Amino acid sequence: MSIFELFSRNKEERSANVAKERLQVIVAHERRARNAPSYLPAMQNEILAVIRKYVEIDNDQLQVDLNDDGNCSVLEVNVNLPK
Amino acid sequence: MATIIVVTSGKGGVGKTTTSAAVSMGLAQAGHKTVVIDFDIGLRNLDIIMNCERRVVFDFVNVIQGDASLNQALIKDKRCDKLFILPASQTRDKDALTKDGVQQVLNQLKQDFEFIICDSPAGIEHGAQMALYFADKAIVVTNPEVSSVRDSDRILGILQSKSYRAENNMPPVDEHLLITRFDPARVIKGEMLSIADIEDILAVKLLGVIPESQAVLNASNNGTPVILDEKSDAGQAYQDTVARLLGDDRPHRFTEAQKKGFLQRVFGG
Repeated sequence: MSIFELFSRNKEERSANVAKERLQVIVAHERRARNAPSYLPAMQNEILAVIRKYVEIDNDQLQVDLNDDGNCSVLEVNVNLPK
Repeated sequence: MATIIVVTSGKGGVGKTTTSAAVSMGLAQAGHKTVVIDFDIGLRNLDIIMNCERRVVFDFVNVIQGDASLNQALIKDKRCDKLFILPASQTRDKDALTKDGVQQVLNQLKQDFEFIICDSPAGIEHGAQMALYFADKAIVVTNPEVSSVRDSDRILGILQSKSYRAENNMPPVDEHLLITRFDPARVIKGEMLSIADIEDILAVKLLGVIPESQAVLNASNNGTPVILDEKSDAGQAYQDTVARLLGDDRPHRFTEAQKKGFLQRVFGG
């Protein structure tokens, strides 16, 4: 680090760390989607339609993940309802 | 028995053709009869990187469609008599690459060659899938940059599910990670993903690290595979890469920033 950088340096987080964290999240998400059964997107849409009968929510307020634990698969459904 | 190696990445512009040229030249120089195939139908560029663009008469698609024999289409490298180039077609439709056609050409090449290097086009469409379909090994070329790492992971997924080996329940394609355009000084500053970060995310064994180097542009300007520039850092890094591919255990070089002089450290640069 040079003298010039010492004074001009801002306190922002190092961008490489941001890159790593973002990649870990998206890559894990895409791997799950890749290995997921083909019915999952259709099922997600139907769950969304059922919830919308009662509460209006956006697409990104519903998260459906299928996690394989070896012995069994766990379907994780996360719904954020508006206040 | 011939080994088919695909050089792939998903993302464009990360160094697939540079790597295909360097690795095939390195293998041929080590005494292994090698052919390098350009799978980028419609956008061939391996020929210009290898300095044989004016010697192309017939191409890969001509051979698949039976318009030319393999021997008519293969171009013998002028620097190394163990190296041959099979150029892509510049004009035809990329759907001209059929699975059966590609397999027939590869089977014919297997009789004659020890290594068959498949230079993949960018993307995950037909051409890229054909390039990797019959591979025994894959070199996944990745820049230390978010879009490149993400695309490499997509390509790894395709290798694991849509290759011949995956579809026929054979041992999986042997995957290798090659990091290119690496700049250790920026890693120290926290501005670039480190080698460990990329290995951690992709979980593939590291074959080599090619430093960001001016030698690469000079080499492509001249049509000389950069591995022939033995004085350059990139050339030496590719030599190490080829040696590792052949089973030699070599430490990684050019992964640490060079020490700066006192004045450089005080005033930067």
